[in-house]
Amino acid sequence: MLLGTRDILSLREMSRDDMALILDTAESLREIIYRPIKKVPTLRGKTVVTFFHEASTRTRTSFELAAKYMSADTVSLSASTSALVKGESLKDTALTLEAMGSDCIIMRHGVSGSCHYLARMVDAPVINAGDGMHEHPTQGLLDMFTIRRHKGSLEGLRVVLVGDSLHSRVARSNIWGLSKFGAEVSLAGPATLLPEGMGAIGVKSFARVEDALPGADVVMVLRLQRERQGKGLLPSLREYARLYCINGRRLALAKPDALLMHPGPMNRGIEIGTDVADGPQSLITEQVTNGVAVRMAILYLLLGGASE
Amino acid sequence: MGAQTKAQIMDKEGIRRALFRIAHEIIERNQGVEELTLVGIRRRGVPLARRLQAIIREIEQAEVPLGILDITLYRDDLTTRMDQPLVRSTEVPFPLRGKKVVLVDDVLYTGRTVRAALDALMDLGRPQCIQLAVLVDRGHRELPIRADYVGKNVPTARREIISVRLEETDGEDAVVIEQLEPDAEVS
Repeated sequence: MLLGTRDILSLREMSRDDMALILDTAESLREIIYRPIKKVPTLRGKTVVTFFHEASTRTRTSFELAAKYMSADTVSLSASTSALVKGESLKDTALTLEAMGSDCIIMRHGVSGSCHYLARMVDAPVINAGDGMHEHPTQGLLDMFTIRRHKGSLEGLRVVLVGDSLHSRVARSNIWGLSKFGAEVSLAGPATLLPEGMGAIGVKSFARVEDALPGADVVMVLRLQRERQGKGLLPSLREYARLYCINGRRLALAKPDALLMHPGPMNRGIEIGTDVADGPQSLITEQVTNGVAVRMAILYLLLGGASE
Repeated sequence: MGAQTKAQIMDKEGIRRALFRIAHEIIERNQGVEELTLVGIRRRGVPLARRLQAIIREIEQAEVPLGILDITLYRDDLTTRMDQPLVRSTEVPFPLRGKKVVLVDDVLYTGRTVRAALDALMDLGRPQCIQLAVLVDRGHRELPIRADYVGKNVPTARREIISVRLEETDGEDAVVIEQLEPDAEVS
Protein backbone atom coordinates (compact mmCIF):
# COMPACT_ATOMS: atom_id res chain seq x y z
CA MET A 1 0.00 0.00 0.00
CA LEU A 2 1.46 3.30 -1.01
CA LEU A 3 0.20 6.85 -1.02
CA GLY A 4 -0.34 8.22 -4.49
CA THR A 5 1.32 11.46 -3.48
CA ARG A 6 4.75 12.51 -2.20
CA ASP A 7 3.57 15.69 -0.50
CA ILE A 8 0.54 16.48 1.64
CA LEU A 9 -0.47 19.88 0.30
CA SER A 10 -4.24 20.02 0.04
CA LEU A 11 -7.29 17.81 0.31
CA ARG A 12 -8.63 19.34 -2.89
CA GLU A 13 -5.84 17.55 -4.75
CA MET A 14 -5.76 14.39 -2.64
CA SER A 15 -7.55 11.29 -3.87
CA ARG A 16 -10.24 9.61 -1.80
CA ASP A 17 -8.11 6.43 -1.75
CA ASP A 18 -5.15 8.28 -0.25
CA MET A 19 -7.36 9.87 2.40
CA ALA A 20 -8.90 6.51 3.26
CA LEU A 21 -5.44 4.94 3.58
CA ILE A 22 -4.35 7.71 5.96
CA LEU A 23 -7.51 7.36 8.08
CA ASP A 24 -7.23 3.54 8.25
CA THR A 25 -3.55 3.70 9.18
CA ALA A 26 -4.30 6.31 11.86
CA GLU A 27 -6.89 3.95 13.32
CA SER A 28 -4.17 1.28 13.73
CA LEU A 29 -1.60 3.68 15.18
CA ARG A 30 -3.89 5.47 17.65
CA GLU A 31 -3.33 2.78 20.28
CA ILE A 32 0.35 3.79 20.62
CA ILE A 33 -0.65 7.12 22.20
CA TYR A 34 -2.20 5.22 25.11
CA ARG A 35 0.77 2.93 25.78
CA PRO A 36 2.92 3.37 28.88
CA ILE A 37 5.95 3.52 26.55
CA LYS A 38 4.85 5.74 23.68
CA LYS A 39 7.43 4.78 21.12
CA VAL A 40 7.76 2.49 18.13
CA PRO A 41 11.05 2.24 16.21
CA THR A 42 9.58 2.64 12.73
CA LEU A 43 11.12 5.98 11.67
CA ARG A 44 14.46 5.59 13.42
CA GLY A 45 17.11 7.60 11.65
CA LYS A 46 14.66 9.89 9.85
CA THR A 47 14.70 13.62 10.50
CA VAL A 48 11.62 15.79 10.34
CA VAL A 49 11.79 19.58 10.30
CA THR A 50 8.91 21.74 11.45
CA PHE A 51 9.22 25.17 9.93
CA PHE A 52 6.55 27.52 11.23
CA HIS A 53 6.11 31.11 10.12
CA GLU A 54 2.97 31.60 12.21
CA ALA A 55 2.06 30.96 15.81
CA SER A 56 0.87 27.47 16.68
CA THR A 57 0.44 25.39 19.82
CA ARG A 58 -1.34 22.26 18.82
CA THR A 59 -0.34 21.68 15.22
CA ARG A 60 3.36 22.03 15.83
CA THR A 61 3.36 20.05 19.08
CA SER A 62 1.16 17.43 17.48
CA PHE A 63 3.55 16.95 14.55
CA GLU A 64 6.57 16.83 16.83
CA LEU A 65 5.02 14.30 19.18
CA ALA A 66 3.83 12.20 16.24
CA ALA A 67 7.38 12.14 14.86
CA LYS A 68 8.89 11.34 18.27
CA TYR A 69 6.41 8.53 18.95
CA MET A 70 7.58 6.99 15.67
CA SER A 71 11.26 7.48 16.70
CA ALA A 72 12.06 10.17 14.11
CA ASP A 73 14.28 13.06 15.15
CA THR A 74 12.71 16.49 15.03
CA VAL A 75 14.15 19.92 14.48
CA SER A 76 11.97 22.94 14.86
CA LEU A 77 12.60 26.23 13.24
CA SER A 78 10.69 29.49 13.59
CA ALA A 79 10.78 32.23 11.03
CA SER A 80 11.67 34.78 13.70
CA THR A 81 14.79 32.90 14.86
CA SER A 82 15.98 31.69 11.44
CA ALA A 83 18.18 33.33 8.84
CA LEU A 84 14.98 34.56 7.19
CA VAL A 85 15.32 37.64 9.40
CA LYS A 86 18.72 38.22 7.78
CA GLY A 87 16.98 38.31 4.43
CA GLU A 88 17.46 34.71 3.31
CA SER A 89 14.76 33.65 0.90
CA LEU A 90 12.30 30.86 1.69
CA LYS A 91 13.78 28.82 -1.12
CA ASP A 92 17.36 29.09 0.19
CA THR A 93 16.30 28.26 3.73
CA ALA A 94 14.48 25.18 2.45
CA LEU A 95 17.42 24.05 0.34
CA THR A 96 19.69 24.46 3.37
CA LEU A 97 17.39 22.31 5.49
CA GLU A 98 17.34 19.68 2.81
CA ALA A 99 21.12 19.77 2.34
CA MET A 100 21.50 18.93 6.03
CA GLY A 101 19.60 15.73 5.38
CA SER A 102 16.08 16.39 6.58
CA ASP A 103 13.72 13.75 5.27
CA CYS A 104 10.52 15.76 5.52
CA ILE A 105 9.63 19.42 5.85
CA ILE A 106 6.44 20.44 7.64
CA MET A 107 5.64 24.08 7.00
CA ARG A 108 3.11 26.64 8.14
CA HIS A 109 3.17 29.93 6.29
CA GLY A 110 0.94 32.98 6.04
CA VAL A 111 0.91 32.99 2.25
CA SER A 112 -1.47 30.70 0.38
CA GLY A 113 0.37 28.36 -1.97
CA SER A 114 3.73 28.67 -0.21
CA CYS A 115 3.83 24.93 0.56
CA HIS A 116 3.24 24.13 -3.11
CA TYR A 117 6.14 26.44 -3.95
CA LEU A 118 8.36 24.71 -1.39
CA ALA A 119 7.41 21.25 -2.67
CA ARG A 120 8.63 22.21 -6.13
CA MET A 121 11.95 23.41 -4.70
CA VAL A 122 12.91 20.43 -2.57
CA ASP A 123 13.01 16.67 -3.10
CA ALA A 124 11.97 15.83 0.47
CA PRO A 125 8.24 15.40 1.07
CA VAL A 126 6.50 18.61 2.18
CA ILE A 127 3.54 18.62 4.54
CA ASN A 128 1.32 21.68 4.63
CA ALA A 129 0.59 22.63 8.24
CA GLY A 130 -1.56 25.57 7.14
CA ASP A 131 -0.89 28.00 4.29
CA GLY A 132 -2.59 31.38 4.46
CA MET A 133 -6.30 31.21 3.67
CA HIS A 134 -5.84 28.13 1.51
CA GLU A 135 -5.80 24.77 3.31
CA HIS A 136 -4.84 22.92 6.48
CA PRO A 137 -5.04 19.34 5.19
CA THR A 138 -3.93 17.49 8.32
CA GLN A 139 -6.61 19.31 10.36
CA GLY A 140 -9.21 18.32 7.77
CA LEU A 141 -8.08 14.69 7.97
CA LEU A 142 -8.12 14.62 11.78
CA ASP A 143 -11.63 16.10 11.78
CA MET A 144 -12.78 13.47 9.28
CA PHE A 145 -11.08 10.78 11.38
CA THR A 146 -12.84 11.98 14.54
CA ILE A 147 -16.26 12.06 12.86
CA ARG A 148 -15.72 8.62 11.32
CA ARG A 149 -14.81 7.12 14.68
CA HIS A 150 -18.10 8.30 16.16
CA LYS A 151 -20.46 7.92 13.20
CA GLY A 152 -18.87 4.89 11.52
CA SER A 153 -18.81 6.52 8.09
CA LEU A 154 -18.92 9.97 6.52
CA GLU A 155 -21.36 9.06 3.75
CA GLY A 156 -24.56 11.12 3.86
CA LEU A 157 -23.72 12.95 7.10
CA ARG A 158 -24.89 16.55 7.44
CA VAL A 159 -21.98 18.70 8.59
CA VAL A 160 -22.47 22.40 9.37
CA LEU A 161 -19.44 24.69 9.57
CA VAL A 162 -20.26 27.78 11.61
CA GLY A 163 -18.33 31.03 11.47
CA ASP A 164 -15.66 32.63 9.34
CA SER A 165 -15.32 30.12 6.51
CA LEU A 166 -14.09 32.83 4.15
CA HIS A 167 -10.70 33.10 5.87
CA SER A 168 -10.59 29.59 7.27
CA ARG A 169 -8.12 27.09 5.84
CA VAL A 170 -9.62 24.52 8.22
CA ALA A 171 -13.02 25.04 6.58
CA ARG A 172 -11.60 24.67 3.09
CA SER A 173 -9.83 21.41 3.85
CA ASN A 174 -12.90 20.01 5.56
CA ILE A 175 -15.17 21.01 2.67
CA TRP A 176 -13.00 19.19 0.13
CA GLY A 177 -12.29 16.16 2.27
CA LEU A 178 -15.81 15.60 3.59
CA SER A 179 -17.40 16.14 0.17
CA LYS A 180 -15.19 13.48 -1.38
CA PHE A 181 -16.57 10.99 1.15
CA GLY A 182 -20.17 11.88 0.40
CA ALA A 183 -20.93 14.11 3.39
CA GLU A 184 -23.26 17.05 2.86
CA VAL A 185 -21.47 20.20 3.99
CA SER A 186 -23.15 23.53 4.67
CA LEU A 187 -21.77 26.83 5.91
CA ALA A 188 -23.36 29.27 8.34
CA GLY A 189 -22.09 32.74 9.22
CA PRO A 190 -22.36 36.43 8.47
CA ALA A 191 -22.70 37.02 4.73
CA THR A 192 -19.43 39.01 4.78
CA LEU A 193 -17.56 35.92 6.06
CA LEU A 194 -19.05 33.35 3.67
CA PRO A 195 -17.07 32.45 0.54
CA GLU A 196 -18.83 32.89 -2.81
CA GLY A 197 -19.53 30.24 -5.40
CA MET A 198 -19.85 27.36 -2.93
CA GLY A 199 -23.17 26.26 -4.49
CA ALA A 200 -21.21 25.09 -7.54
CA ILE A 201 -19.56 22.33 -5.47
CA GLY A 202 -22.78 21.43 -3.67
CA VAL A 203 -22.17 23.38 -0.45
CA LYS A 204 -25.11 25.41 0.87
CA SER A 205 -24.60 28.70 2.70
CA PHE A 206 -26.82 30.18 5.41
CA ALA A 207 -26.63 33.70 6.85
CA ARG A 208 -28.81 32.62 9.81
CA VAL A 209 -27.24 29.85 11.83
CA GLU A 210 -30.70 28.73 13.03
CA ASP A 211 -31.58 27.82 9.43
CA ALA A 212 -28.50 25.64 8.99
CA LEU A 213 -28.55 23.60 12.20
CA PRO A 214 -31.75 21.49 12.03
CA GLY A 215 -30.88 17.90 11.08
CA ALA A 216 -27.12 18.40 11.51
CA ASP A 217 -25.04 15.35 12.50
CA VAL A 218 -21.93 17.43 13.12
CA VAL A 219 -21.56 21.07 14.15
CA MET A 220 -18.06 22.32 13.49
CA VAL A 221 -17.41 25.74 14.99
CA LEU A 222 -14.64 27.76 13.37
CA ARG A 223 -12.40 30.13 15.25
CA LEU A 224 -13.36 33.76 14.79
CA GLN A 225 -10.10 35.20 13.58
CA ARG A 226 -9.88 38.37 15.61
CA GLU A 227 -7.06 39.56 13.41
CA ARG A 228 -9.70 39.97 10.66
CA GLN A 229 -11.78 42.28 12.76
CA GLY A 230 -11.48 45.96 11.96
CA LYS A 231 -11.53 45.28 8.24
CA GLY A 232 -15.20 46.13 8.11
CA LEU A 233 -16.30 42.51 7.91
CA LEU A 234 -17.69 42.31 11.45
CA PRO A 235 -19.68 44.96 13.28
CA SER A 236 -18.47 43.85 16.72
CA LEU A 237 -17.51 40.72 18.62
CA ARG A 238 -20.54 41.18 20.85
CA GLU A 239 -22.90 41.25 17.95
CA TYR A 240 -21.21 38.22 16.39
CA ALA A 241 -21.55 36.32 19.64
CA ARG A 242 -25.22 37.25 19.95
CA LEU A 243 -26.05 36.02 16.43
CA TYR A 244 -23.67 33.12 15.86
CA CYS A 245 -22.25 31.82 19.12
CA ILE A 246 -22.94 28.05 19.37
CA ASN A 247 -24.44 27.68 22.83
CA GLY A 248 -26.72 25.09 24.36
CA ARG A 249 -29.84 26.65 22.86
CA ARG A 250 -28.47 26.64 19.30
CA LEU A 251 -26.82 23.20 19.57
CA ALA A 252 -30.21 21.82 20.58
CA LEU A 253 -31.46 22.64 17.06
CA ALA A 254 -29.13 19.98 15.61
CA LYS A 255 -29.81 16.24 15.99
CA PRO A 256 -29.80 15.09 19.62
CA ASP A 257 -26.65 13.00 19.00
CA ALA A 258 -24.89 15.71 16.99
CA LEU A 259 -21.14 16.00 17.51
CA LEU A 260 -19.63 19.36 18.45
CA MET A 261 -16.17 20.15 17.14
CA HIS A 262 -13.74 23.08 17.14
CA PRO A 263 -10.23 23.09 15.66
CA GLY A 264 -8.93 25.37 18.41
CA PRO A 265 -7.81 27.74 19.73
CA MET A 266 -11.25 28.60 21.09
CA ASN A 267 -12.60 32.05 21.86
CA ARG A 268 -14.99 31.01 24.60
CA GLY A 269 -18.08 33.16 24.76
CA ILE A 270 -17.55 34.47 21.24
CA GLU A 271 -17.96 31.64 18.72
CA ILE A 272 -18.61 28.86 21.23
CA GLY A 273 -20.34 28.77 24.62
CA THR A 274 -18.46 27.33 27.56
CA ASP A 275 -21.52 25.23 28.47
CA VAL A 276 -21.29 23.21 25.24
CA ALA A 277 -17.51 23.36 24.75
CA ASP A 278 -17.11 21.30 27.92
CA GLY A 279 -20.39 19.42 27.44
CA PRO A 280 -21.08 15.78 26.57
CA GLN A 281 -21.38 16.38 22.81
CA SER A 282 -17.99 18.08 22.58
CA LEU A 283 -15.13 16.19 20.90
CA ILE A 284 -12.70 19.08 21.15
CA THR A 285 -10.04 17.36 23.26
CA GLU A 286 -10.44 14.10 21.36
CA GLN A 287 -9.71 16.03 18.15
CA VAL A 288 -6.33 16.92 19.62
CA THR A 289 -5.52 13.28 20.45
CA ASN A 290 -6.68 12.11 17.04
CA GLY A 291 -4.49 14.76 15.43
CA VAL A 292 -1.41 12.96 16.73
CA ALA A 293 -2.62 9.63 15.33
CA VAL A 294 -3.39 11.10 11.91
CA ARG A 295 0.02 12.79 11.73
CA MET A 296 1.76 9.56 12.77
CA ALA A 297 -0.05 7.85 9.90
CA ILE A 298 1.02 10.53 7.43
CA LEU A 299 4.65 10.39 8.56
CA TYR A 300 4.65 6.59 8.36
CA LEU A 301 3.12 6.59 4.88
CA LEU A 302 5.51 9.28 3.58
CA LEU A 303 8.72 8.15 5.27
CA GLY A 304 8.22 4.53 6.34
CA GLY A 305 8.69 2.83 2.98
CA ALA A 306 11.65 2.48 0.68
CA SER A 307 13.17 5.62 -0.75
CA GLU A 308 13.62 5.44 -4.50
CA MET B 1 4.78 -14.50 -8.02
CA GLY B 2 4.62 -17.78 -9.93
CA ALA B 3 4.51 -20.90 -7.78
CA GLN B 4 3.10 -24.39 -8.13
CA THR B 5 2.02 -26.82 -5.44
CA LYS B 6 4.49 -29.66 -4.86
CA ALA B 7 3.08 -31.56 -1.91
CA GLN B 8 0.59 -31.34 0.92
CA ILE B 9 2.30 -31.85 4.25
CA MET B 10 -0.61 -31.36 6.66
CA ASP B 11 -4.35 -31.73 6.27
CA LYS B 12 -7.22 -30.61 8.48
CA GLU B 13 -6.79 -33.53 10.88
CA GLY B 14 -3.01 -33.11 10.98
CA ILE B 15 -3.34 -29.44 11.94
CA ARG B 16 -5.94 -30.28 14.59
CA ARG B 17 -3.75 -32.97 16.17
CA ALA B 18 -0.65 -30.76 16.10
CA LEU B 19 -2.49 -27.91 17.84
CA PHE B 20 -3.92 -30.34 20.40
CA ARG B 21 -0.45 -31.62 21.23
CA ILE B 22 0.97 -28.08 21.41
CA ALA B 23 -1.84 -27.04 23.79
CA HIS B 24 -1.00 -29.98 26.06
CA GLU B 25 2.70 -29.14 25.93
CA ILE B 26 2.01 -25.50 26.80
CA ILE B 27 -0.05 -26.50 29.84
CA GLU B 28 2.47 -29.12 30.93
CA ARG B 29 5.47 -26.89 30.57
CA ASN B 30 3.84 -23.99 32.41
CA GLN B 31 2.30 -26.28 35.03
CA GLY B 32 -1.19 -25.04 34.32
CA VAL B 33 -2.54 -21.81 32.93
CA GLU B 34 -1.71 -19.39 35.72
CA GLU B 35 -0.39 -16.07 34.30
CA LEU B 36 -0.52 -17.66 30.84
CA THR B 37 -1.44 -15.50 27.81
CA LEU B 38 -1.51 -16.19 24.08
CA VAL B 39 -0.45 -13.55 21.56
CA GLY B 40 -1.04 -14.24 17.87
CA ILE B 41 1.11 -12.55 15.25
CA ARG B 42 -0.94 -11.13 12.38
CA ARG B 43 -2.11 -12.56 10.21
CA ARG B 44 -2.34 -16.37 10.52
CA GLY B 45 -0.93 -16.49 14.03
CA VAL B 46 -4.20 -14.95 15.21
CA PRO B 47 -6.60 -17.79 14.24
CA LEU B 48 -4.03 -20.33 15.47
CA ALA B 49 -3.86 -18.57 18.85
CA ARG B 50 -7.67 -18.56 18.99
CA ARG B 51 -7.76 -22.31 18.35
CA LEU B 52 -5.14 -22.94 21.05
CA GLN B 53 -7.22 -20.81 23.41
CA ALA B 54 -10.29 -22.95 22.65
CA ILE B 55 -8.39 -26.24 23.15
CA ILE B 56 -6.91 -25.04 26.45
CA ARG B 57 -10.40 -24.01 27.55
CA GLU B 58 -11.58 -27.54 26.80
CA ILE B 59 -8.73 -29.20 28.68
CA GLU B 60 -8.41 -26.92 31.69
CA GLN B 61 -11.83 -25.21 31.84
CA ALA B 62 -9.97 -21.91 32.03
CA GLU B 63 -9.94 -18.83 29.81
CA VAL B 64 -6.47 -17.73 28.73
CA PRO B 65 -6.31 -14.05 27.61
CA LEU B 66 -5.60 -13.54 23.93
CA GLY B 67 -3.78 -10.65 22.27
CA ILE B 68 -3.11 -9.68 18.66
CA LEU B 69 0.22 -8.30 17.53
CA ASP B 70 0.92 -6.40 14.30
CA ILE B 71 4.67 -6.26 13.76
CA THR B 72 4.72 -3.92 10.75
CA LEU B 73 6.14 -0.99 12.73
CA TYR B 74 9.00 -3.18 13.96
CA ARG B 75 10.08 -4.74 10.66
CA ASP B 76 13.76 -4.48 9.74
CA ASP B 77 13.06 -4.29 6.01
CA LEU B 78 10.78 -1.25 5.92
CA THR B 79 13.39 0.92 4.27
CA THR B 80 14.20 -1.65 1.58
CA ARG B 81 10.76 -2.91 0.58
CA MET B 82 9.11 -1.08 -2.29
CA ASP B 83 5.64 -2.23 -1.32
CA GLN B 84 4.96 -0.47 1.96
CA PRO B 85 2.97 -2.82 4.18
CA LEU B 86 -0.38 -1.70 5.59
CA VAL B 87 -0.28 -1.19 9.35
CA ARG B 88 -3.01 -3.03 11.21
CA SER B 89 -3.89 -2.65 14.84
CA THR B 90 -2.18 -4.27 17.79
CA GLU B 91 -4.71 -5.37 20.41
CA VAL B 92 -3.23 -6.55 23.68
CA PRO B 93 -5.95 -5.51 26.12
CA PHE B 94 -4.22 -6.71 29.29
CA PRO B 95 -0.96 -5.76 31.04
CA LEU B 96 1.95 -8.02 30.09
CA ARG B 97 3.87 -7.42 33.28
CA GLY B 98 4.59 -10.73 34.99
CA LYS B 99 2.75 -12.79 32.35
CA LYS B 100 3.97 -15.94 30.62
CA VAL B 101 3.42 -15.07 26.98
CA VAL B 102 3.13 -17.70 24.28
CA LEU B 103 3.74 -16.04 20.93
CA VAL B 104 1.92 -17.86 18.12
CA ASP B 105 2.73 -17.79 14.40
CA ASP B 106 2.13 -20.06 11.42
CA VAL B 107 5.63 -20.54 9.98
CA LEU B 108 9.07 -20.06 11.53
CA TYR B 109 11.59 -19.29 8.80
CA THR B 110 14.35 -16.65 9.05
CA GLY B 111 13.32 -15.62 12.56
CA ARG B 112 13.01 -11.96 11.60
CA THR B 113 9.28 -11.79 12.23
CA VAL B 114 9.80 -13.25 15.69
CA ARG B 115 12.58 -10.76 16.41
CA ALA B 116 10.21 -7.92 15.48
CA ALA B 117 7.45 -9.48 17.60
CA LEU B 118 9.77 -9.73 20.62
CA ASP B 119 10.61 -6.03 20.33
CA ALA B 120 6.94 -5.14 19.92
CA LEU B 121 6.03 -7.17 23.03
CA MET B 122 8.80 -5.61 25.12
CA ASP B 123 7.48 -2.16 24.25
CA LEU B 124 4.11 -3.15 25.69
CA GLY B 125 5.43 -4.31 29.04
CA ARG B 126 7.78 -6.70 30.83
CA PRO B 127 6.49 -10.27 30.71
CA GLN B 128 7.90 -12.95 33.01
CA CYS B 129 8.86 -15.02 29.96
CA ILE B 130 8.06 -15.37 26.26
CA GLN B 131 7.69 -18.74 24.53
CA LEU B 132 7.18 -19.39 20.85
CA ALA B 133 4.66 -21.75 19.25
CA VAL B 134 4.59 -22.33 15.47
CA LEU B 135 2.63 -24.67 13.27
CA VAL B 136 5.57 -25.27 10.90
CA ASP B 137 9.32 -24.81 11.37
CA ARG B 138 10.92 -24.78 7.94
CA GLY B 139 14.51 -23.99 8.95
CA HIS B 140 16.89 -21.42 7.37
CA ARG B 141 17.19 -19.24 10.47
CA GLU B 142 19.08 -15.96 10.08
CA LEU B 143 18.88 -15.06 13.78
CA PRO B 144 19.49 -17.04 16.98
CA ILE B 145 15.83 -17.86 17.54
CA ARG B 146 14.11 -21.22 18.14
CA ALA B 147 10.58 -22.37 18.79
CA ASP B 148 9.40 -23.94 22.08
CA TYR B 149 6.44 -25.70 20.47
CA VAL B 150 6.45 -26.94 16.88
CA GLY B 151 3.56 -28.54 14.99
CA LYS B 152 5.78 -30.03 12.32
CA ASN B 153 9.41 -29.68 11.32
CA VAL B 154 9.64 -29.45 7.55
CA PRO B 155 13.07 -29.36 5.90
CA THR B 156 12.80 -27.06 2.90
CA ALA B 157 14.87 -25.48 0.19
CA ARG B 158 14.90 -21.68 -0.02
CA ARG B 159 13.21 -21.88 -3.41
CA GLU B 160 10.21 -23.51 -1.80
CA ILE B 161 7.31 -21.73 -0.14
CA ILE B 162 5.37 -23.09 2.81
CA SER B 163 1.78 -22.05 2.46
CA VAL B 164 -0.39 -22.37 5.55
CA ARG B 165 -4.08 -22.12 4.74
CA LEU B 166 -6.58 -21.79 7.53
CA GLU B 167 -10.34 -22.00 7.51
CA GLU B 168 -10.66 -18.51 9.07
CA THR B 169 -8.45 -16.71 6.54
CA ASP B 170 -8.35 -18.94 3.47
CA GLY B 171 -11.46 -21.13 3.63
CA GLU B 172 -9.64 -24.46 4.17
CA ASP B 173 -7.20 -26.12 6.57
CA ALA B 174 -4.02 -27.31 4.84
CA VAL B 175 -0.26 -26.85 4.77
CA VAL B 176 1.36 -27.25 1.36
CA ILE B 177 4.83 -26.85 -0.12
CA GLU B 178 4.96 -24.78 -3.26
CA GLN B 179 7.84 -24.53 -5.68
CA LEU B 180 8.79 -21.09 -7.00
CA GLU B 181 8.95 -20.81 -10.79
CA PRO B 182 12.59 -20.90 -12.00
CA ASP B 183 12.49 -17.22 -13.04
CA ALA B 184 11.00 -15.96 -9.76
CA GLU B 185 13.22 -14.05 -7.37
CA VAL B 186 14.08 -15.70 -4.07
CA SER B 187 13.21 -13.41 -1.18
